[in-house]
Amino acid sequence: MDLFDTSVITGNLPEFWRGLWMTLQLTAVALLVGFAGAIPLAVARVSKNPAVRLPVSAYTYFFRGTPMLVQLLLIYYGAAQWEWMRAAWEEGQPFWLLFREPYFCALFAFGLNTCAYTVEIVAGSMRNTPHGEIEAAKAMGMSRFKALQRIVLPSALRRMIPSYSNEVILMLQGSAIASAVTLVDLTGAARNVYSRHFAPFESFIFVGLIYLVLTFMLVGLFKLAERRWLAHLAPRKALKTKEA
Amino acid sequence: MNQNAITQRVGFGDLQAPRADQQGRTMNQSAIAGQVREQVRVEDLHKSYGDHEVLKGVSLTANSGDVISIIGSSGSGKSTWLRCINFLENPTSGRITVGGKEIELVRNRKGELVVADPKQLQQIRTRLSMVFQHFNLWSHMTVLENVIEAPAHVLGIPKAEALERAERYLERVGVWKFRDSYPAHMSGGQQQRVAIARALAMEPGVLLFDEPTSALDPELVGEVLKVMRSLAEEGRTMLVVTHEMGFAREVSNHVIFVHQGRVEEQGNPREVLVKPQSERLQQFLSGNLK
Repeated sequence: MDLFDTSVITGNLPEFWRGLWMTLQLTAVALLVGFAGAIPLAVARVSKNPAVRLPVSAYTYFFRGTPMLVQLLLIYYGAAQWEWMRAAWEEGQPFWLLFREPYFCALFAFGLNTCAYTVEIVAGSMRNTPHGEIEAAKAMGMSRFKALQRIVLPSALRRMIPSYSNEVILMLQGSAIASAVTLVDLTGAARNVYSRHFAPFESFIFVGLIYLVLTFMLVGLFKLAERRWLAHLAPRKALKTKEA
Repeated sequence: MNQNAITQRVGFGDLQAPRADQQGRTMNQSAIAGQVREQVRVEDLHKSYGDHEVLKGVSLTANSGDVISIIGSSGSGKSTWLRCINFLENPTSGRITVGGKEIELVRNRKGELVVADPKQLQQIRTRLSMVFQHFNLWSHMTVLENVIEAPAHVLGIPKAEALERAERYLERVGVWKFRDSYPAHMSGGQQQRVAIARALAMEPGVLLFDEPTSALDPELVGEVLKVMRSLAEEGRTMLVVTHEMGFAREVSNHVIFVHQGRVEEQGNPREVLVKPQSERLQQFLSGNLK
Protein backbone atom coordinates (compact mmCIF):
# COMPACT_ATOMS: atom_id res chain seq x y z
CA MET A 1 0.00 0.00 0.00
CA ASP A 2 1.20 3.50 -0.88
CA LEU A 3 1.65 6.15 1.76
CA PHE A 4 -1.11 8.16 0.10
CA ASP A 5 -3.79 6.17 -1.70
CA THR A 6 -6.20 8.59 -3.38
CA SER A 7 -8.75 5.84 -4.00
CA VAL A 8 -9.53 5.98 -0.27
CA ILE A 9 -10.74 9.52 -0.87
CA THR A 10 -12.44 9.03 -4.22
CA GLY A 11 -14.14 5.87 -2.98
CA ASN A 12 -15.69 7.66 -0.02
CA LEU A 13 -16.65 10.98 -1.57
CA PRO A 14 -20.38 10.68 -0.73
CA GLU A 15 -19.57 10.22 2.95
CA PHE A 16 -17.21 13.21 2.95
CA TRP A 17 -19.86 15.20 1.12
CA ARG A 18 -22.50 14.41 3.76
CA GLY A 19 -20.01 15.31 6.48
CA LEU A 20 -19.23 18.62 4.79
CA TRP A 21 -22.93 19.37 4.55
CA MET A 22 -23.38 18.60 8.28
CA THR A 23 -20.43 20.84 9.20
CA LEU A 24 -21.78 23.68 7.10
CA GLN A 25 -25.27 23.37 8.58
CA LEU A 26 -24.06 23.26 12.17
CA THR A 27 -21.73 26.22 11.67
CA ALA A 28 -24.18 28.38 9.73
CA VAL A 29 -27.21 27.79 11.95
CA ALA A 30 -25.21 28.24 15.17
CA LEU A 31 -23.70 31.47 13.85
CA LEU A 32 -27.06 32.85 12.71
CA VAL A 33 -28.78 32.03 15.99
CA GLY A 34 -25.79 33.26 17.99
CA PHE A 35 -25.59 36.53 16.09
CA ALA A 36 -29.31 37.25 16.31
CA GLY A 37 -29.24 36.61 20.06
CA ALA A 38 -26.05 38.56 20.56
CA ILE A 39 -27.45 41.93 19.52
CA PRO A 40 -30.14 42.36 22.20
CA LEU A 41 -27.87 40.71 24.77
CA ALA A 42 -25.01 43.08 23.89
CA VAL A 43 -27.35 46.02 24.42
CA ALA A 44 -28.13 44.55 27.85
CA ARG A 45 -24.43 43.89 28.43
CA VAL A 46 -23.56 47.61 28.12
CA SER A 47 -26.54 48.72 30.22
CA LYS A 48 -25.85 50.93 33.21
CA ASN A 49 -28.42 48.96 35.18
CA PRO A 50 -26.66 46.06 36.98
CA ALA A 51 -29.89 44.02 37.12
CA VAL A 52 -29.85 43.95 33.31
CA ARG A 53 -26.10 43.75 32.81
CA LEU A 54 -25.00 41.17 35.38
CA PRO A 55 -27.09 38.17 34.21
CA VAL A 56 -25.68 38.63 30.71
CA SER A 57 -22.14 38.93 32.10
CA ALA A 58 -22.65 35.73 34.08
CA TYR A 59 -23.83 33.96 30.92
CA THR A 60 -20.93 35.10 28.76
CA TYR A 61 -18.34 34.36 31.48
CA PHE A 62 -19.69 30.83 31.91
CA PHE A 63 -19.72 30.03 28.20
CA ARG A 64 -16.39 31.67 27.49
CA GLY A 65 -14.81 30.14 30.56
CA THR A 66 -15.57 26.49 29.86
CA PRO A 67 -14.69 24.29 26.85
CA MET A 68 -17.38 23.98 24.21
CA LEU A 69 -16.96 20.19 24.30
CA VAL A 70 -17.87 20.15 28.00
CA GLN A 71 -20.92 22.33 27.27
CA LEU A 72 -22.01 19.98 24.50
CA LEU A 73 -21.62 16.84 26.62
CA LEU A 74 -23.37 18.50 29.55
CA ILE A 75 -26.41 19.35 27.43
CA TYR A 76 -26.55 16.05 25.55
CA TYR A 77 -26.02 13.68 28.49
CA GLY A 78 -27.25 15.99 31.23
CA ALA A 79 -30.76 16.51 29.87
CA ALA A 80 -31.87 13.00 30.74
CA GLN A 81 -30.86 13.47 34.39
CA TRP A 82 -33.85 15.67 35.12
CA GLU A 83 -36.97 13.89 36.31
CA TRP A 84 -39.25 16.47 34.66
CA MET A 85 -37.36 16.20 31.40
CA ARG A 86 -37.89 12.43 31.28
CA ALA A 87 -41.54 12.99 32.16
CA ALA A 88 -41.85 15.49 29.33
CA TRP A 89 -40.28 12.96 26.96
CA GLU A 90 -42.79 10.31 28.00
CA GLU A 91 -45.64 12.73 27.44
CA GLY A 92 -44.12 13.44 24.05
CA GLN A 93 -43.85 17.21 24.39
CA PRO A 94 -42.27 18.22 21.10
CA PHE A 95 -39.98 20.98 22.42
CA TRP A 96 -38.38 18.90 25.16
CA LEU A 97 -38.06 15.89 22.86
CA LEU A 98 -35.56 17.97 20.92
CA PHE A 99 -33.08 17.45 23.75
CA ARG A 100 -32.84 13.79 22.80
CA GLU A 101 -31.62 14.73 19.34
CA PRO A 102 -27.82 15.03 19.02
CA TYR A 103 -28.30 17.44 16.11
CA PHE A 104 -30.40 19.79 18.19
CA CYS A 105 -28.11 19.48 21.21
CA ALA A 106 -25.09 20.35 19.07
CA LEU A 107 -26.85 23.39 17.61
CA PHE A 108 -28.00 24.42 21.07
CA ALA A 109 -24.50 24.20 22.57
CA PHE A 110 -22.76 25.80 19.59
CA GLY A 111 -25.35 28.56 19.36
CA LEU A 112 -25.08 29.42 23.06
CA ASN A 113 -21.30 29.33 22.86
CA THR A 114 -20.85 31.52 19.80
CA CYS A 115 -23.57 33.85 21.08
CA ALA A 116 -21.59 34.41 24.30
CA TYR A 117 -18.45 35.35 22.37
CA THR A 118 -20.40 37.50 19.93
CA VAL A 119 -22.08 39.37 22.78
CA GLU A 120 -18.66 40.39 24.04
CA ILE A 121 -17.49 41.39 20.56
CA VAL A 122 -20.59 43.53 19.89
CA ALA A 123 -20.58 45.01 23.40
CA GLY A 124 -16.89 45.90 23.14
CA SER A 125 -17.49 47.56 19.80
CA MET A 126 -20.48 49.48 21.19
CA ARG A 127 -18.39 50.74 24.11
CA ASN A 128 -15.85 52.09 21.63
CA THR A 129 -18.40 54.29 19.88
CA PRO A 130 -16.95 57.82 19.89
CA HIS A 131 -18.74 59.72 22.65
CA GLY A 132 -19.22 62.77 20.45
CA GLU A 133 -21.26 60.78 17.92
CA ILE A 134 -23.70 59.72 20.63
CA GLU A 135 -23.86 63.28 21.88
CA ALA A 136 -24.61 64.51 18.35
CA ALA A 137 -27.42 61.96 18.10
CA LYS A 138 -28.91 63.25 21.34
CA ALA A 139 -28.49 66.87 20.32
CA MET A 140 -30.33 66.17 17.05
CA GLY A 141 -33.32 64.99 19.06
CA MET A 142 -32.91 61.23 18.84
CA SER A 143 -34.35 59.13 21.63
CA ARG A 144 -32.07 56.56 23.23
CA PHE A 145 -33.62 53.80 21.20
CA LYS A 146 -33.33 55.78 17.99
CA ALA A 147 -29.67 56.57 18.69
CA LEU A 148 -29.01 52.90 19.35
CA GLN A 149 -30.80 51.80 16.21
CA ARG A 150 -29.47 54.46 13.87
CA ILE A 151 -26.01 55.34 15.20
CA VAL A 152 -24.54 53.08 17.87
CA LEU A 153 -25.40 49.64 16.48
CA PRO A 154 -24.74 50.34 12.77
CA SER A 155 -21.38 51.82 13.68
CA ALA A 156 -20.49 49.06 16.15
CA LEU A 157 -21.52 46.22 13.83
CA ARG A 158 -19.22 47.61 11.15
CA ARG A 159 -16.25 48.10 13.42
CA MET A 160 -16.56 44.56 14.80
CA ILE A 161 -16.20 42.86 11.39
CA PRO A 162 -12.47 42.00 11.77
CA SER A 163 -12.86 40.51 15.24
CA TYR A 164 -16.07 38.73 14.30
CA SER A 165 -14.32 37.03 11.39
CA ASN A 166 -12.10 35.26 13.92
CA GLU A 167 -15.14 34.05 15.82
CA VAL A 168 -16.70 32.67 12.61
CA ILE A 169 -13.51 30.76 11.75
CA LEU A 170 -13.20 29.40 15.29
CA MET A 171 -16.84 28.28 15.13
CA LEU A 172 -16.24 26.44 11.86
CA GLN A 173 -13.30 24.57 13.31
CA GLY A 174 -14.93 24.13 16.71
CA SER A 175 -17.86 22.35 15.08
CA ALA A 176 -15.50 19.36 14.71
CA ILE A 177 -16.47 18.27 18.23
CA ALA A 178 -19.99 17.44 16.99
CA SER A 179 -18.73 13.90 16.41
CA ALA A 180 -18.58 13.48 20.21
CA VAL A 181 -22.37 13.19 20.22
CA THR A 182 -22.62 10.70 17.31
CA LEU A 183 -23.05 13.32 14.57
CA VAL A 184 -21.08 12.63 11.41
CA ASP A 185 -19.68 15.98 10.38
CA LEU A 186 -16.58 16.46 8.25
CA THR A 187 -14.29 15.31 11.05
CA GLY A 188 -16.63 12.44 11.88
CA ALA A 189 -16.59 11.30 8.25
CA ALA A 190 -12.79 11.37 8.24
CA ARG A 191 -12.69 9.26 11.38
CA ASN A 192 -15.10 6.71 9.89
CA VAL A 193 -13.07 6.45 6.70
CA TYR A 194 -9.87 6.14 8.69
CA SER A 195 -11.21 3.32 10.81
CA ARG A 196 -12.42 1.38 7.77
CA HIS A 197 -9.21 1.74 5.73
CA PHE A 198 -6.56 2.46 8.38
CA ALA A 199 -5.55 5.35 6.13
CA PRO A 200 -4.93 8.29 8.48
CA PHE A 201 -3.09 10.49 5.99
CA GLU A 202 -5.68 10.20 3.23
CA SER A 203 -8.72 10.89 5.39
CA PHE A 204 -7.35 13.51 7.78
CA ILE A 205 -5.20 15.39 5.31
CA PHE A 206 -8.15 15.51 2.92
CA VAL A 207 -10.57 16.97 5.47
CA GLY A 208 -7.82 19.25 6.76
CA LEU A 209 -7.57 20.66 3.26
CA ILE A 210 -11.34 21.12 3.09
CA TYR A 211 -11.30 23.06 6.39
CA LEU A 212 -8.42 25.12 4.99
CA VAL A 213 -10.34 25.95 1.82
CA LEU A 214 -13.47 26.85 3.80
CA THR A 215 -11.41 29.09 6.06
CA PHE A 216 -9.84 30.88 3.11
CA MET A 217 -13.27 31.39 1.60
CA LEU A 218 -14.47 32.94 4.85
CA VAL A 219 -11.42 35.18 5.04
CA GLY A 220 -12.14 36.30 1.47
CA LEU A 221 -15.79 37.01 2.29
CA PHE A 222 -14.80 39.10 5.30
CA LYS A 223 -12.31 41.01 3.17
CA LEU A 224 -15.18 41.90 0.84
CA ALA A 225 -17.38 42.82 3.80
CA GLU A 226 -14.67 45.11 5.15
CA ARG A 227 -14.29 46.81 1.82
CA ARG A 228 -18.05 47.33 1.68
CA TRP A 229 -18.75 48.38 5.28
CA LEU A 230 -15.48 49.69 6.63
CA ALA A 231 -14.66 52.09 3.82
CA HIS A 232 -15.11 54.98 6.24
CA LEU A 233 -12.12 53.78 8.28
CA ALA A 234 -9.88 52.92 5.34
CA PRO A 235 -7.07 55.27 4.34
CA ARG A 236 -8.29 57.94 1.99
CA LYS A 237 -8.12 57.21 -1.69
CA ALA A 238 -7.18 60.01 -4.06
CA LEU A 239 -9.97 62.56 -3.92
CA LYS A 240 -12.12 62.86 -6.97
CA THR A 241 -12.60 66.58 -6.48
CA LYS A 242 -10.28 69.20 -5.14
CA GLU A 243 -11.42 72.09 -3.01
CA ALA A 244 -11.58 75.28 -5.03
CA MET B 1 -37.24 78.54 5.16
CA ASN B 2 -35.53 81.86 5.44
CA GLN B 3 -36.05 83.46 2.08
CA ASN B 4 -37.87 86.47 3.43
CA ALA B 5 -35.63 86.69 6.44
CA ILE B 6 -32.55 87.47 4.41
CA THR B 7 -33.33 91.10 3.91
CA GLN B 8 -35.06 91.62 7.19
CA ARG B 9 -32.39 91.82 9.78
CA VAL B 10 -31.90 95.23 11.26
CA GLY B 11 -30.63 94.95 14.76
CA PHE B 12 -30.88 93.49 18.21
CA GLY B 13 -34.34 92.21 18.89
CA ASP B 14 -35.76 93.70 15.75
CA LEU B 15 -38.63 91.79 14.26
CA GLN B 16 -40.63 92.27 11.11
CA ALA B 17 -44.05 90.97 10.26
CA PRO B 18 -43.07 88.48 7.51
CA ARG B 19 -40.57 87.03 9.92
CA ALA B 20 -43.26 86.45 12.50
CA ASP B 21 -45.36 84.48 10.01
CA GLN B 22 -42.35 82.46 9.12
CA GLN B 23 -41.57 81.64 12.72
CA GLY B 24 -45.21 80.97 13.48
CA ARG B 25 -45.32 78.23 10.87
CA THR B 26 -42.14 76.68 12.12
CA MET B 27 -43.51 76.55 15.61
CA ASN B 28 -46.73 74.90 14.55
CA GLN B 29 -44.66 72.25 12.85
CA SER B 30 -42.73 71.51 15.98
CA ALA B 31 -45.89 71.73 18.05
CA ILE B 32 -44.52 74.30 20.46
CA ALA B 33 -46.89 77.19 20.50
CA GLY B 34 -46.20 80.52 22.09
CA GLN B 35 -44.67 83.90 21.59
CA VAL B 36 -43.02 84.28 18.24
CA ARG B 37 -40.50 86.93 19.04
CA GLU B 38 -38.53 85.19 21.71
CA GLN B 39 -36.60 82.07 20.79
CA VAL B 40 -34.78 81.12 23.99
CA ARG B 41 -34.72 82.53 27.47
CA VAL B 42 -32.45 81.25 30.23
CA GLU B 43 -33.04 82.55 33.74
CA ASP B 44 -30.81 82.22 36.77
CA LEU B 45 -29.12 79.02 35.63
CA HIS B 46 -26.90 77.20 38.13
CA LYS B 47 -24.80 74.14 37.49
CA SER B 48 -22.64 72.27 39.98
CA TYR B 49 -20.40 69.26 39.68
CA GLY B 50 -20.33 67.99 43.25
CA ASP B 51 -19.18 70.88 45.41
CA HIS B 52 -17.83 72.81 42.46
CA GLU B 53 -20.29 75.38 41.14
CA VAL B 54 -19.53 76.02 37.48
CA LEU B 55 -22.45 78.33 36.73
CA LYS B 56 -23.59 80.71 39.43
CA GLY B 57 -26.82 82.10 38.10
CA VAL B 58 -26.58 83.17 34.48
CA SER B 59 -29.36 84.48 32.25
CA LEU B 60 -29.82 85.36 28.61
CA THR B 61 -32.59 86.02 26.13
CA ALA B 62 -32.26 85.36 22.42
CA ASN B 63 -34.88 86.86 20.12
CA SER B 64 -35.26 86.03 16.46
CA GLY B 65 -32.28 87.23 14.50
CA ASP B 66 -30.01 87.70 17.50
CA VAL B 67 -26.43 86.59 17.24
CA ILE B 68 -25.10 86.30 20.77
CA SER B 69 -21.43 85.56 21.39
CA ILE B 70 -20.48 84.09 24.73
CA ILE B 71 -16.83 84.67 25.50
CA GLY B 72 -14.57 83.93 28.45
CA SER B 73 -11.43 82.03 29.36
CA SER B 74 -11.35 78.22 29.50
CA GLY B 75 -13.13 76.91 32.55
CA SER B 76 -15.32 79.99 32.85
CA GLY B 77 -18.41 77.83 32.29
CA LYS B 78 -19.40 79.19 28.89
CA SER B 79 -19.57 75.79 27.16
CA THR B 80 -21.42 74.27 30.09
CA TRP B 81 -23.95 77.09 29.81
CA LEU B 82 -24.59 76.36 26.15
CA ARG B 83 -24.82 72.63 26.81
CA CYS B 84 -27.37 73.20 29.56
CA ILE B 85 -29.66 74.97 27.09
CA ASN B 86 -30.29 71.79 25.08
CA PHE B 87 -29.86 69.60 28.17
CA LEU B 88 -26.70 67.82 27.13
CA GLU B 89 -25.80 68.84 30.67
CA ASN B 90 -28.49 69.03 33.30
CA PRO B 91 -28.62 72.27 35.29
CA THR B 92 -28.83 72.30 39.08
CA SER B 93 -31.42 75.04 39.07
CA GLY B 94 -32.87 77.68 36.78
CA ARG B 95 -35.56 78.15 34.18
CA ILE B 96 -35.38 77.69 30.43
CA THR B 97 -38.00 78.89 27.99
CA VAL B 98 -37.93 77.75 24.38
CA GLY B 99 -40.18 79.38 21.82
CA GLY B 100 -42.11 81.17 24.55
CA LYS B 101 -42.89 77.98 26.42
CA GLU B 102 -41.23 77.25 29.72
CA ILE B 103 -39.73 73.79 29.89
CA GLU B 104 -41.15 71.70 32.68
CA LEU B 105 -38.27 70.36 34.73
CA VAL B 106 -38.11 67.70 37.41
CA ARG B 107 -35.28 66.81 39.74
CA ASN B 108 -33.56 63.45 39.19
CA ARG B 109 -31.81 61.29 41.79
CA LYS B 110 -28.53 63.12 41.28
CA GLY B 111 -30.26 66.39 42.15
CA GLU B 112 -30.09 67.74 38.61
CA LEU B 113 -32.99 69.20 36.70
CA VAL B 114 -34.12 67.11 33.76
CA VAL B 115 -36.91 67.66 31.25
CA ALA B 116 -40.06 66.03 32.63
CA ASP B 117 -41.35 64.78 29.29
CA PRO B 118 -38.87 62.97 27.00
CA LYS B 119 -41.01 63.95 23.99
CA GLN B 120 -40.61 67.60 24.89
CA LEU B 121 -36.86 67.13 25.35
CA GLN B 122 -36.62 65.81 21.80
CA GLN B 123 -38.73 68.68 20.50
CA ILE B 124 -36.49 71.23 22.20
CA ARG B 125 -33.46 69.61 20.67
CA THR B 126 -34.88 69.72 17.17
CA ARG B 127 -35.53 73.45 17.64
CA LEU B 128 -32.03 74.11 18.97
CA SER B 129 -29.50 72.52 16.64
CA MET B 130 -25.96 72.23 17.89
CA VAL B 131 -22.59 72.46 16.17
CA PHE B 132 -19.78 70.96 18.24
CA GLN B 133 -16.14 71.78 18.74
CA HIS B 134 -15.09 68.37 17.43
CA PHE B 135 -17.75 68.24 14.66
CA ASN B 136 -19.10 64.90 15.92
CA LEU B 137 -20.18 63.75 12.49
CA TRP B 138 -21.34 60.15 12.35
CA SER B 139 -18.25 58.45 11.02
CA HIS B 140 -19.90 55.46 9.35
CA MET B 141 -22.14 57.67 7.20
CA THR B 142 -21.26 59.67 4.13
CA VAL B 143 -21.63 63.43 4.20
CA LEU B 144 -25.03 63.22 2.53
CA GLU B 145 -26.24 60.51 4.92
CA ASN B 146 -25.11 62.60 7.88
CA VAL B 147 -27.26 65.51 6.77
CA ILE B 148 -30.31 63.42 5.80
CA GLU B 149 -30.30 61.35 8.97
CA ALA B 150 -32.01 63.55 11.54
CA PRO B 151 -34.57 65.23 9.25
CA ALA B 152 -35.64 61.82 7.92
CA HIS B 153 -35.50 59.80 11.13
CA VAL B 154 -36.23 62.38 13.82
CA LEU B 155 -38.49 64.90 12.09
CA GLY B 156 -39.87 62.13 9.90
CA ILE B 157 -39.99 64.15 6.70
CA PRO B 158 -40.15 62.15 3.43
CA LYS B 159 -36.85 60.79 2.13
CA ALA B 160 -36.98 62.79 -1.11
CA GLU B 161 -37.56 66.02 0.75
CA ALA B 162 -34.77 65.23 3.24
CA LEU B 163 -32.44 64.59 0.32
CA GLU B 164 -33.41 67.84 -1.35
CA ARG B 165 -32.86 69.72 1.92
CA ALA B 166 -29.50 68.04 2.48
CA GLU B 167 -28.26 68.94 -0.97
CA ARG B 168 -29.45 72.52 -0.59
CA TYR B 169 -27.67 73.05 2.73
CA LEU B 170 -24.50 71.26 1.62
CA GLU B 171 -24.46 73.59 -1.35
CA ARG B 172 -25.11 76.50 1.01
CA VAL B 173 -21.97 75.78 3.10
CA GLY B 174 -19.90 74.86 0.06
CA VAL B 175 -19.25 71.16 0.60
CA TRP B 176 -21.77 69.68 -1.83
CA LYS B 177 -19.04 68.09 -3.93
CA PHE B 178 -17.98 65.98 -0.93
CA ARG B 179 -21.46 64.52 -0.46
CA ASP B 180 -20.30 60.94 -1.05
CA SER B 181 -17.14 61.21 1.07
CA TYR B 182 -16.77 59.92 4.60
CA PRO B 183 -15.99 62.45 7.33
CA ALA B 184 -12.60 60.90 8.14
CA HIS B 185 -11.49 61.64 4.60
CA MET B 186 -12.06 65.39 4.89
CA SER B 187 -10.27 68.32 6.47
CA GLY B 188 -11.51 69.74 9.77
CA GLY B 189 -12.90 72.83 8.11
CA GLN B 190 -14.87 70.76 5.62
CA GLN B 191 -16.16 68.49 8.40
CA GLN B 192 -17.29 71.47 10.43
CA ARG B 193 -19.13 72.90 7.45
CA VAL B 194 -20.89 69.54 7.01
CA ALA B 195 -21.80 69.70 10.70
CA ILE B 196 -23.29 73.16 10.12
CA ALA B 197 -25.28 71.80 7.15
CA ARG B 198 -26.48 68.96 9.38
CA ALA B 199 -27.69 71.47 11.96
CA LEU B 200 -29.31 73.68 9.29
CA ALA B 201 -31.16 70.73 7.77
CA MET B 202 -33.22 70.52 10.94
CA GLU B 203 -34.39 74.06 10.11
CA PRO B 204 -34.12 74.96 13.78
CA GLY B 205 -35.17 78.15 15.53
CA VAL B 206 -31.75 78.63 17.05
CA LEU B 207 -28.28 77.41 16.13
CA LEU B 208 -25.99 76.63 19.06
CA PHE B 209 -22.27 76.77 18.29
CA ASP B 210 -19.93 75.28 20.90
CA GLU B 211 -16.45 76.64 20.09
CA PRO B 212 -16.88 75.70 16.42
CA THR B 213 -13.39 76.77 15.35
CA SER B 214 -11.32 75.76 18.39
CA ALA B 215 -10.32 72.36 17.01
CA LEU B 216 -9.34 73.67 13.58
CA ASP B 217 -5.95 74.43 12.13
CA PRO B 218 -5.53 78.20 11.94
CA GLU B 219 -5.75 78.30 8.15
CA LEU B 220 -9.11 76.46 8.23
CA VAL B 221 -10.78 78.77 10.76
CA GLY B 222 -11.62 81.35 8.10
CA GLU B 223 -13.80 79.10 5.93
CA VAL B 224 -15.99 78.15 8.90
CA LEU B 225 -16.27 81.73 10.18
CA LYS B 226 -17.24 82.86 6.69
CA VAL B 227 -20.15 80.40 6.67
CA MET B 228 -21.22 81.47 10.15
CA ARG B 229 -21.07 85.12 9.20
CA SER B 230 -23.27 84.52 6.16
CA LEU B 231 -25.79 82.66 8.34
CA ALA B 232 -25.89 85.63 10.67
CA GLU B 233 -26.48 87.93 7.73
CA GLU B 234 -29.44 85.75 6.72
CA GLY B 235 -31.03 86.62 10.02
CA ARG B 236 -30.63 83.33 11.80
CA THR B 237 -30.70 83.23 15.57
CA MET B 238 -27.35 82.03 16.86
CA LEU B 239 -25.74 81.43 20.24
CA VAL B 240 -22.01 81.18 19.76
CA VAL B 241 -19.47 80.17 22.38
CA THR B 242 -16.22 81.32 20.86
CA HIS B 243 -12.65 82.50 21.26
CA GLU B 244 -12.84 84.40 17.98
CA MET B 245 -12.92 88.03 19.09
CA GLY B 246 -13.16 89.24 15.50
CA PHE B 247 -16.37 87.26 15.03
CA ALA B 248 -17.77 88.43 18.37
CA ARG B 249 -17.03 92.04 17.53
CA GLU B 250 -18.12 92.16 13.92
CA VAL B 251 -20.87 89.59 13.56
CA SER B 252 -22.74 89.36 16.84
CA ASN B 253 -25.15 91.98 18.07
CA HIS B 254 -24.71 91.04 21.70
CA VAL B 255 -21.74 89.76 23.58
CA ILE B 256 -21.65 88.13 27.01
CA PHE B 257 -18.40 87.85 28.95
CA VAL B 258 -18.46 84.97 31.43
CA HIS B 259 -16.01 84.82 34.28
CA GLN B 260 -15.98 82.11 36.95
CA GLY B 261 -19.55 81.12 36.27
CA ARG B 262 -21.01 84.61 36.29
CA VAL B 263 -21.87 87.13 33.62
CA GLU B 264 -19.20 89.74 34.25
CA GLU B 265 -20.15 92.13 31.48
CA GLN B 266 -22.47 92.16 28.48
CA GLY B 267 -23.87 94.40 25.80
CA ASN B 268 -23.24 95.65 22.31
CA PRO B 269 -19.90 94.19 21.18
CA ARG B 270 -18.78 97.47 19.66
CA GLU B 271 -18.99 99.00 23.12
CA VAL B 272 -18.18 96.10 25.40
CA LEU B 273 -15.19 94.87 23.42
CA VAL B 274 -13.86 98.32 22.63
CA LYS B 275 -14.35 99.97 26.02
CA PRO B 276 -14.56 97.14 28.56
CA GLN B 277 -15.69 98.35 31.98
CA SER B 278 -14.60 95.45 34.18
CA GLU B 279 -10.99 94.74 34.98
CA ARG B 280 -11.52 91.05 34.19
CA LEU B 281 -12.66 91.74 30.68
CA GLN B 282 -9.83 94.20 30.14
CA GLN B 283 -7.35 91.51 31.20
CA PHE B 284 -9.08 88.88 29.09
CA LEU B 285 -9.11 91.08 26.00
CA SER B 286 -5.53 92.21 26.33
CA GLY B 287 -4.53 88.56 26.22
CA ASN B 288 -6.89 87.76 23.35
CA LEU B 289 -7.58 90.64 21.05
CA LYS B 290 -5.59 90.81 17.88
